[in-house]
Amino acid sequence: MKFAIQVNEGPYQHQATDSAYQFTKAALESGHEVMRVFFYHDGVNNGTKLTTPPQDDRNIVNRWSELAKKYDLDMVVCVAAAQRRGIVDEGEMQRNGKDAENIADNFRISGLGQLVEAGIQSERLVVFGD
Amino acid sequence: MSEQIKKFMYLNRRAPYGTIYAWESLEVVLIGAAFDQDVSLAFLDDGVYQLVKGQDTAEVDMKNFSPTYQALGDYDVTKLFVEKESLEERGLTLDDLMPLTYEDEDDDWAEKDSIKVVSRAELADIMEEQDVMFSF
Repeated sequence: MKFAIQVNEGPYQHQATDSAYQFTKAALESGHEVMRVFFYHDGVNNGTKLTTPPQDDRNIVNRWSELAKKYDLDMVVCVAAAQRRGIVDEGEMQRNGKDAENIADNFRISGLGQLVEAGIQSERLVVFGD
Repeated sequence: MSEQIKKFMYLNRRAPYGTIYAWESLEVVLIGAAFDQDVSLAFLDDGVYQLVKGQDTAEVDMKNFSPTYQALGDYDVTKLFVEKESLEERGLTLDDLMPLTYEDEDDDWAEKDSIKVVSRAELADIMEEQDVMFSF
């Protein structure tokens, strides 16, 4: 099965992001394809490398980065949602005149077209959120 | 841009203000319109408030984005299903909603209503036909 995943909620605040991770990991380990994970709404906060959870808790951001590295997973953060919430990569930093970037490893910032395209190209789009 | 046409439905379940879901849903609809898919929108639960006419957000300092719904027809987004029971449960009728229309190119550009009130059971059947559901 060719899946696409949409994550609509932020890390720690909401379990949706944990469920999305567990689902994505299980799908990949079972030999399914996950063609894209798209982060929208507060879900974009999954992609900031400035996250510093307590040491005895899961590190949600690093967990995504490692999963993406292992499976060459395409993880896309919505640019419009990211701009509102201060998720910035090198290009966005320069474009918007900011003095810092904070995008975590293996995430990339792109447009909503990537979400619609994921809906078209996947066999199942699975949405995690309220 | 796309190799096949799928039936896309955007489910709008939340009030227009209070959370950003409604506005960011509309942003996906507008971008998605460029992909030439078979798009429809459904409004249910508090989502029916998104279409209420006469929205005034000045006192709460929020952007009133309700005029954007009027532009959907120009984006060829012409199927807006509003759930009858959700309206009734909130004391609303079709007359409380913005009149949204589109020009039907297959019918000599006649102006037609985009909003169609359907029952909960009818909406369930319409959902059943979809290929992709975005839930906001």
